[in-house]
Amino acid sequence: MKEMLTIAMPKGRIFDEAVELLRQAGFNLPPEFEDSRKLIIDVEQEQFRFILAKPMDVPTYVEHGVADLGIAGKDVMLEEERDVYELLDLKISACYLAVAGLPNTKMNDVAPKVASKYPNVAAAYFREQGEQVEIIKLNGSIELAPIIGLSDRIVDIVSTGKTLVENGLVEYERIADITSRLIVNPVSYRTKDERISEIVDKLTDVIHGVRS
Amino acid sequence: MSRLFMFEKPLGMRDTLPGLYEMKSSARNAIQSEMKRWGFQFIETPALEYYETVGTASAILDQQLFKLLDSQGHTLVLRPDMTAPIARVAASKLLKEDLPLRLAYSANVYRAQQREGGRPAEFEQIGVECIGDHTISADGEVIALLISSLREVGLPKFQISVGHIGFVQTLFQQILGTEERAQALTKFLYEKNYVGYREHVKNLALSSIDKQRLLDFLKLRGGEEVLSFANDIIENESGREALSQLQQLWEIVVAFGEEDKLKFDLTLISHMSYYTGIVFEVYSHAVGTPIGNGGRYDLLLEKFGKATGATGFALYLDRLIEALGGLSEETPMTCILFSDERRQEAYTVAKERRAIGEKVVLQDINGVKNIDACTNQYTDIVFLIGKAGRGS
Repeated sequence: MKEMLTIAMPKGRIFDEAVELLRQAGFNLPPEFEDSRKLIIDVEQEQFRFILAKPMDVPTYVEHGVADLGIAGKDVMLEEERDVYELLDLKISACYLAVAGLPNTKMNDVAPKVASKYPNVAAAYFREQGEQVEIIKLNGSIELAPIIGLSDRIVDIVSTGKTLVENGLVEYERIADITSRLIVNPVSYRTKDERISEIVDKLTDVIHGVRS
Repeated sequence: MSRLFMFEKPLGMRDTLPGLYEMKSSARNAIQSEMKRWGFQFIETPALEYYETVGTASAILDQQLFKLLDSQGHTLVLRPDMTAPIARVAASKLLKEDLPLRLAYSANVYRAQQREGGRPAEFEQIGVECIGDHTISADGEVIALLISSLREVGLPKFQISVGHIGFVQTLFQQILGTEERAQALTKFLYEKNYVGYREHVKNLALSSIDKQRLLDFLKLRGGEEVLSFANDIIENESGREALSQLQQLWEIVVAFGEEDKLKFDLTLISHMSYYTGIVFEVYSHAVGTPIGNGGRYDLLLEKFGKATGATGFALYLDRLIEALGGLSEETPMTCILFSDERRQEAYTVAKERRAIGEKVVLQDINGVKNIDACTNQYTDIVFLIGKAGRGS
């Protein structure tokens, strides 16, 4: 009997692509999997338990060990800096973190402000640039901030750039490329190493197959 | 800052209430007894040390140290670990004869937490240090003692992963040439960022063979067979020496009959920068963080004026308790409820029962408002109330 593994999955954007990747890797997930509204889904035949979490919380579940594995965006990893292993670049849900704002504007000289869902990433980026800025944490609809004058710039993820264009914003700098990662709890990585290695190997094959 | 509630404690500080206290104390006793049986002697050191000495030697990040000033203006720290203070005592006081020293401790250490205030900033460590013995036998002994201690305390399932700092350092140095470049790569290991590690290796100006060696390094995890895989990757003497130390360690642990608890993981490195050789972490399946760690630190004693090798381990008592699961069953306790007339009798009965090891509470009935709630707390109640011969 295989040991049960708990996998934290991000709800929303990444979820479908992640499920598809697992299926390609040969894991037998039931067809109704995506449509379920449950937060915990057990897949008996694979001895997997999936928990469906908010993307930003996936590394938290994994760090605390209530999930052995997780799928999390690099953006979340950069923001949260959790003590987990980042084992694989799954190369799905590609996008990037960027600084954006209204076109042809400069940062305010007196009190430059930056709004973001990623306050740690934003703070680190501007500190490295030697700029002192005030970071304003928002939880969504970040594009609003420069339009209505809350901030001069925003730091957010950009996938197609469509949202920026539709709101009359332009990209100023690119901070980091983002894809989803397979992350593992440090204790599970050692105590359940055989099962985890098997998953890593299968996923690696799929990722490389897709790429090359 | 908002006003404090009167019951509040500083961030990360915890109270230990009776149930938990009992459990901690029985676990502590089990482990301490085992350490004593192996001939390790317990010592205590002060909670406050100088920042310049123990503070900098301890290898805990500066922002995690609790600092304060003494009346002369020296910076003090609350000890962030026990290894550095013990190295200080051993080097200055105990290592007179140049004989191996076997010391043990159980003490609170202090590390300020940066985030999520629920994490403990003060926690108890129980550990041993074997100082002045450079042989792998000493490393084997502390690992065997660690296993034996965890057995004594009743932890059903656990695993120890062993690595070697010297192996990682020499492999990276040999392939990458400079210490600076080796450190850049090591940083990815510290951060547990294998994606970044692979990207970094891919972009280095190296032969494809060397790149493959660095990539294969990440797979050096498993049983004894890992050592021969590692032998294929390493090309220099000091690397082979590290592997032969691990091979010796394996044989020693086999001789102790404990090899089923041991795995190798050459990717294991520690944030404690004073480790120089064999390092290890111990995991319970029930807790998401290691419950203990240890290793060889051959250069730390030198900082305190005595160049000699040492090895040891520390267990985190609170994580161990978490791994053991729920609180232990309460031991029976008797309550004698007495009134003034039968005080003498109550004291005599209590004395007799305590003499045979029972736990007995003496409670004046006039001090209790709700008799039912009071009696529910105890396994046994004796009423010694009213005139003698009545009521009991």
